[in-house]
Amino acid sequence: MESTQSTESKIIELQPFTDEMIVNMGPQHPSTHGVLRLELRLDGEVVREAIPHIGYLHRCFEKHSENLSYPQIIPFTDRMDYVAAMNQNWGFCLAVEKLMEADEEKEFAIPERAEYLRVLICELNRIASHLLSFGTYGMDLGAFTPFLYAFRDRERLLLLFEKVCGARLTYNYIRIGGVSEIIPMEPGSIDEQNFLDEIEEFLDYFEPQIDEYNDLLTSNSIFSERTVGVAVMSAEMALSYGATGPNLRGSGVDWDLRRDEPYSIYDRFDFDVPVAEDIPELGAVVGDCWSRYKIRMDEMKESVSICRQILAEGLPDGPVMAELKAVRPPKGELYFRSEAPRGELGFYIVSDGTPKPVRVKGRSPCFSALSALQELSQGLMVADIIAIIGSIDIVMGEVDR
Amino acid sequence: MSEILPSSFFIQIQDASGNWASDFVENVIIPKIPHFPVELGTVLVMIACAGIFVAVVPLLPLVLVLAERKVAARFQNRTGPMRVGPWGTLQTLADGVKLIFKEDFIPPQGDKLLFLLAPYVIFACSFAVFAAIPFSQEIIVSDFNIGIFYIMAISSVIVMGVIMAGWSSNSKWSLLGSLRSAAQIVSYEIPLGLSILTVIMLVGSLSMTDIVATQENGFFSWLIFRSPFTFLAFFIFFISSIAEVNRTPFDLPEAESEIVAGFHTEYSGMRFALFFIAEYANMFAVSAIGVTLFLGGYEGILPGYDFLGGLPGFVIKTLGLVFLMMWLRWTLPRLRVDQLMNLCWKYFIPISFFNILGTGIWGLIFKTDDIWSIGISCTIIYVGLISAYVIAGRVFSRKPEPQASSV
Amino acid sequence: MNLEEIYQVLKDKFGESVLLLDTELSGDHSIHISPAAIVEISTFLLETETLAFDTLMCLSGVDLSAKDEEFAVVYHLYSMNHRHKVVLKTPLPKSNPQLPSVSHIWKTADWHEREAYDLYGIVFEGHTDLRRLLLPDDWEGYPLRKDYEEPDFYRGMRVPY
Repeated sequence: MESTQSTESKIIELQPFTDEMIVNMGPQHPSTHGVLRLELRLDGEVVREAIPHIGYLHRCFEKHSENLSYPQIIPFTDRMDYVAAMNQNWGFCLAVEKLMEADEEKEFAIPERAEYLRVLICELNRIASHLLSFGTYGMDLGAFTPFLYAFRDRERLLLLFEKVCGARLTYNYIRIGGVSEIIPMEPGSIDEQNFLDEIEEFLDYFEPQIDEYNDLLTSNSIFSERTVGVAVMSAEMALSYGATGPNLRGSGVDWDLRRDEPYSIYDRFDFDVPVAEDIPELGAVVGDCWSRYKIRMDEMKESVSICRQILAEGLPDGPVMAELKAVRPPKGELYFRSEAPRGELGFYIVSDGTPKPVRVKGRSPCFSALSALQELSQGLMVADIIAIIGSIDIVMGEVDR
Repeated sequence: MSEILPSSFFIQIQDASGNWASDFVENVIIPKIPHFPVELGTVLVMIACAGIFVAVVPLLPLVLVLAERKVAARFQNRTGPMRVGPWGTLQTLADGVKLIFKEDFIPPQGDKLLFLLAPYVIFACSFAVFAAIPFSQEIIVSDFNIGIFYIMAISSVIVMGVIMAGWSSNSKWSLLGSLRSAAQIVSYEIPLGLSILTVIMLVGSLSMTDIVATQENGFFSWLIFRSPFTFLAFFIFFISSIAEVNRTPFDLPEAESEIVAGFHTEYSGMRFALFFIAEYANMFAVSAIGVTLFLGGYEGILPGYDFLGGLPGFVIKTLGLVFLMMWLRWTLPRLRVDQLMNLCWKYFIPISFFNILGTGIWGLIFKTDDIWSIGISCTIIYVGLISAYVIAGRVFSRKPEPQASSV
Repeated sequence: MNLEEIYQVLKDKFGESVLLLDTELSGDHSIHISPAAIVEISTFLLETETLAFDTLMCLSGVDLSAKDEEFAVVYHLYSMNHRHKVVLKTPLPKSNPQLPSVSHIWKTADWHEREAYDLYGIVFEGHTDLRRLLLPDDWEGYPLRKDYEEPDFYRGMRVPY
């Protein structure tokens, strides 16, 4: 018995054992798009697990909302997704308006002119948001130049927004019942003509630029090597995680709220909804980082087309604000969702008939999409984590609210 | 070939014909000093050379940093630094002054000695490389008989400094960066060395001046055109050298969007500046080596004439390669670490071995100065380029512009 | 299918667990269900072919007043195939808000439930990783409850400003 033990003890087993390293990526990190903290469990370069920790930008939007009247909440929605603040304003205003429309006693209609202005400005804002996403994605992957190209064009858009509402980032432009009149723009006036001309000039300039950006980054072989086939999110996974917008369409689900549940006046416009497909020549599969990125590039073209249709029709005459005595939705509750650049932006509003809401919940698209990161990133490399974060295009202001 | 000993090192400087420094010391300085021991003359030559290089070479990064910023600005539709001095020409100087006055932070949990030492290791190594680079027929600190071997050896030591910096910082990002760097530099040394070997096989000497001397008959005598294999080797050399100096698309050791700043994350002030200067010095050095080995060095482009030759020609050609590196940096995204290794081990190293085999066969068939060899080589290169262009064009045209489906 | 039909299907299938169809308020009408049955009902809603609620649009905790009875979790469901939606409401006692988790049915619920736990103190049984999400781990109390009183100090920092 003892002798066998001694012989056994002589067998030296080689157990190649490497320690896992726990690294905190963020909250201060160049490419986590804000203050996201990822707890990475690394085996060398390979990520065994990436646990997102959020809340570093939590500004108590929902708690604040309970103590403010409805119009006062709109500036807080600006601070949610500060990259596409117009769309956030609109999402909230739409929800409140829908709830007010549910009240049979009072009746109000949003003026045509306001609807056109809303669509025009929000589509421009969508372009600005996708431009930022494109630029920072390039930078995340090491290409610096697309970033400055994107910012050059975004700057022109911001100047347009400044002309219409006086602010460059947090607009508070779309109000309940219409749009802000803080900078008056009389129908048919020279101001309006100048404004529309400037938009047209921008669109004429910008449309060929998209092709240039595709040449610069999308068709770059290093870029496609970094993104093609990385972190494939299947359609089922995307639906289950509640990924919406470009992320859902990047997973091959043909779904766009602007077309499928048309709100406002989107049913009057003719536009395509880009949906990802397998591209065998490139190796791109539906749901990978490349597809999600490409959807955004294609969506910019569609936004340009919507803007052009509005410009061709011209803005209708009339006021930009509905006749509203007070914003006082009836007792009730409503969940309304709209298509923000990052996906389905929902607002759940509970009202008790007073000017202040009882409960406002912002259902943020980034919040849901980011929760898929943990599953997406398993077994990939550190550099891929960056590629995923950039491709699902998060804005931490919206995740943390 | 004389033996490689420290003593012969001094002697060589003294004996090298046409060496401006030793000439200057022997003919001008020593006669003026009465009772000057002649043996000390070599030391004086050393000091003179070192003094000039220590004074001149650090200016290169100063110029290159500004050039990089201006080039980047040009690519990105902006003006770059414009405030300090006319057209921002003094910007680097101002940055230098700022860095000197910054707090010199040493991580308290780190390995202090290694942390302090690492920048100097990198700095010293990248400047030691300049000792063997022939800027012109006269301007070379030391014309070793093993010049290129010395350069390879010294530039490999840089990776030691990188690992020291990463390890001693006691930061996980630095460690990741330094290990990435170690893997990358060690891997890319191989194709780099092998492509240098193809040149050495054709020339038959390790001496930098010998290598340049074989390219004295103008444009078509440059080693890059001597055989199709050296042509291929030049591109492998150039790409590998970008990886050696850690620049985009191979800047994984300091990828700021992934691992913050890699091995120099924790460095600040003048120590950081040393890394920075060393990086640009390296960049210049590898370009200079590329020019020396493949692009005729300080020889002109026309046989018999000194047109674009000498120091100006050499510097212009080197800066051309440096510009190419900058161009790549501001255009391309970064590779992932496994793709980087794939590129090296699966493509570059096999091609390099094929190059060596091919060069050996080429050397058996043709004599070194055979005019026919150059003609045949240029024909093969031309045909190869055209067919590569056609094949690539077909591949790329087959790839349609990916269009998302519309419903 | 509209809400009444869905209510009828659920009522036939689950009987007592489906409490009532709330049509009093303006806006969205909701189906009240008992908290204990949420997992069965959710699974049924997801897996039945005619219903196929494959997305959970939103999951929110609601506290309407400082009183006990108006505390609830609200589920907004949507079916991509049939393009119909339903709102489920599960009233909960505020003193001991507990209900089974649906995070294994819709993964959207994972973070939304953590958020509801964080801000309302609703405990989702069976959730794999029920930690605070937005607030610091050592925060005391559940801020979105109507009876919440903010602490004077958090780690030595004054909270009210």
